[in-house]
Amino acid sequence: MIEGAIWRKWAFFYLPMALFLLFLLFPFYWMVITSVRPDGELYRPWNSVNYNPFWTWNPTWDHVRYLFEETLFAAWLWNTMFIALVSTAISLVCGVFAGYALSRLNFPFAGSLGTGIFITYLVPQTLLFIPLAEIIRNYRLGDTPWSLILTYPTFLIPFCTWLMMGYFKAVPKELEECARIDGASRWQAMLYIVIPVAIPGILSAGIFAFTLSWNEFIYALVFLSSPEQKTVPVGVTSELIRGDVFFWGPLMAGALLGSIPVAIAYSFFVEHYVAGLTGSVKG
Amino acid sequence: MGQVVLKGINKFYDSVHAVKDVNLQIRDKEFVVFVGPSGCGKTTTLRMIAGLEAISSGDISIDGSVVNGLAPMDRDIAMVFQNYALYPHMSVYDNMAFGLKMRKFTRPEIDRRVRDAADILGIGELLKRKPRQLSGGQRQRVALGRAIVRHPRVFLFDEPLSNLDAKLRVQMRVELKKLHLRLGTTAIYVTHDQVEAMTLGDRVVVMKDGVVQQVGEPLELYNRPANKFVAGFIGSPTMNFATVTVTEANGSLIAENAGLRIRLPDGTARRLRGHIGHKVTLGVRPEDLTVAGAADPDHPCFDAVIEVVEQLGSEILLDMKVGQDVMVASVEPTVRVNVRDKLRLAMRPSSLHVFDVKTEEAI
Amino acid sequence: MVVAETQVYMPQAPRTRQRLLEDERWLAFVLLVPTMVLLGMFIAYPFVRGILLSVTNSRVGVPGDFVGLANYYKIWNDGIFHTSVYNTFLYTGVTTVFKLALGLWLALLLNRNFRGKAFTRAFILLPFIIPTVLSTFAWKWMFDPTFSVLNWLFYHLNLISGRINWLGDPDLAMISIIVVNVWRGVPFFAISLLAGLQTISPELNEAAAIDGAKPRQRFWYITWPLLLPVTMVVVLFSIIQTFADFQIVYVMTGGGPANATHLFATYAYQIGVGTGLLSEGAAISLAMFPILFLVVIVQLLYIRRVEVR
Repeated sequence: MIEGAIWRKWAFFYLPMALFLLFLLFPFYWMVITSVRPDGELYRPWNSVNYNPFWTWNPTWDHVRYLFEETLFAAWLWNTMFIALVSTAISLVCGVFAGYALSRLNFPFAGSLGTGIFITYLVPQTLLFIPLAEIIRNYRLGDTPWSLILTYPTFLIPFCTWLMMGYFKAVPKELEECARIDGASRWQAMLYIVIPVAIPGILSAGIFAFTLSWNEFIYALVFLSSPEQKTVPVGVTSELIRGDVFFWGPLMAGALLGSIPVAIAYSFFVEHYVAGLTGSVKG
Repeated sequence: MGQVVLKGINKFYDSVHAVKDVNLQIRDKEFVVFVGPSGCGKTTTLRMIAGLEAISSGDISIDGSVVNGLAPMDRDIAMVFQNYALYPHMSVYDNMAFGLKMRKFTRPEIDRRVRDAADILGIGELLKRKPRQLSGGQRQRVALGRAIVRHPRVFLFDEPLSNLDAKLRVQMRVELKKLHLRLGTTAIYVTHDQVEAMTLGDRVVVMKDGVVQQVGEPLELYNRPANKFVAGFIGSPTMNFATVTVTEANGSLIAENAGLRIRLPDGTARRLRGHIGHKVTLGVRPEDLTVAGAADPDHPCFDAVIEVVEQLGSEILLDMKVGQDVMVASVEPTVRVNVRDKLRLAMRPSSLHVFDVKTEEAI
Repeated sequence: MVVAETQVYMPQAPRTRQRLLEDERWLAFVLLVPTMVLLGMFIAYPFVRGILLSVTNSRVGVPGDFVGLANYYKIWNDGIFHTSVYNTFLYTGVTTVFKLALGLWLALLLNRNFRGKAFTRAFILLPFIIPTVLSTFAWKWMFDPTFSVLNWLFYHLNLISGRINWLGDPDLAMISIIVVNVWRGVPFFAISLLAGLQTISPELNEAAAIDGAKPRQRFWYITWPLLLPVTMVVVLFSIIQTFADFQIVYVMTGGGPANATHLFATYAYQIGVGTGLLSEGAAISLAMFPILFLVVIVQLLYIRRVEVR
């Protein structure tokens, strides 16, 4: 790069970068500080004297304790984890198979099927949640984890398929042909050669799908009603607010703890996640 | 056993007729090379034999039974690909064992065969490595090893040497030849490189635009090309061509055009009796041209102007202008010539080729 | 043969099932069945069901009768619906502009070499990873009318003298929602555009620099045109997501104050689930469809055009 004077670097790089980081990360800091701050410090008007909102000298576990003792937070965590894992697994299997078929096999209507799946990829959950709620009720799936495990794949499969198509296209055709000559059936060649070679793609799709289903909100909000069935986002929203009263301490603690599993999963697979994210829009 | 018979093979891609009525009998233990420019249908033919492409019409049989509808896995053949197609997630050992595992061989048998093949190819110490840790030549050997452990009826090679650098290519060519002599398995080899075809093949099949131009032993193709295409394709540098008119003078036949006037030797003249007054294409290989001396006064001679002199050490290539035509001669390294020199050249009488101007068939 | 044959391969008769799967068409069919069933059951069928629902007057637990386009007629004349439509377009338009501008800026910053680059990039994506509902609560808490940390900050910086009721005023509420959406979307834009930037060979910029192009010119004549395809796809993608957004508004204002900040989705939720007027709610969310459809078509055409080139 062609660099100018030092002050230019500060003005055009360090300063904007710092502001961006502040803007993007401050809410998380705020979440952390709120969740360990005693109630007495939390509810002080913004204009009270001698009040420093950015730090506390009296950290407390009260809010976390409240979360686990007084609410069903542990159950919500478990529900979210279970639903996210199962729906991700289902979506990966379907997406890998469909992606393989669409990118490597010749068959009638392959093109229009691919386009069809791409379109469903763009269908937002908010378009269909009302009729879906009816259907879920008719299938007697309402208020069970299965209502989400079966519906989450509708937005995960198209994404996984789309991503896997890209990865499969990059696997040389000869690998598969060689395997077939070596004595593998098409099915075996797919299972033993093409899929193992595309493992990075499967990891990307998997981690991305996992975060998507962990974050899903509207289906969970509409399909689940009893508190012990809820997922973290819905549980936090509906059970930690009583009418107009917000329990900010436990709320922020819940938000923080509810984010940690995705954050951990993400931190292990940052590169795969980024590959999935950029792959999802590039196609 | 490994006898392959192609009978009336055709391949259509939509409206494109990629392979046209190919008939060929490949004997057991034979090494047959398909050669031709890219897009000539040679690879498609190979892939049809492998079962990777469906046959539009015709029959392919191996050892007497038709294999048209058989999946590649049931044909008992092995194939080496241009990019080697090594399975990147498997070790060299597993790459070589894969075909045997698929065919449910016992573990000790797999182990024995893999180690035997590795010994033959000298890759015994690479067995634990992954393909990405290998050099180009080593990958090539592993790809070969994977084919030979199977003891298949037929080996198929799809331009296996074209990803190697020039030096390694020559070396591997020799090893392939040795390997074939040692194993004696029928081999069908596709290449665009006529040198590979000439050096490797027991017989060579020259293809162009989906049509087989000529099938024959290497020297047969070199000495008696069936048409102008084969004549131009085989041999390096390529054969010189000149369009000439055949006339008769003093009882002998003369071929002439703007810059060339030669008396045709008897053998050639006999074949051209019927073409007096017509045009034909004359062909002569660069290595059949010599600087004219007193030694052979009866050789056809002509004058040329030197345009470029290429010193190759073992020979000199002269790019020359002969009237309107451009010709290349390969002459002794002792010849001393300069650009723009005028030079008189002689052709070896027996090496003159003539082709029909329209059909391009040899006369 | 050098090696003695101790075990000879006998081609066994292929099993019928196996032979069926050797046919590309059958294999493709088998591989696509699970996807087709799930998507058919939970996308295509609900879509049809939604349309049918929107032309009845059914409520929760009441099947309802055919009423034609009455629901659509009703929302056509509904003031809150008008506000929602206006809000949705405003929200989508404004946030997309900001997300693109800030995202591109951030991508350009990240595209330079500096220490801790990988680390910074990983942290920057956090707003996009963390469940939106949960992070939006942090913002709601920051915008709290009584305990707002932003008010505290602005007050101590002498920018304001009295408190600002962020979520109580319709305009301020809209601005707050837009801020949160931009906050959540910038990382997505930045990382996607960064990926696009990294595919542009640095040699192009160096060649342009040697040809005498200044940084600004290099951006406009080299970087931007080459980045445009990625930008287009990212923008179209984001437009669809933003247009159908639900979570941020649901948490921040619930559509308030006085239904001033509703979007299509939140209003559909309020009518369809909150009040139980299923058919009318279905009609409201289906009203999004024509616009989404248009964007999808544009995107498909664009992708096809890029592929052809």
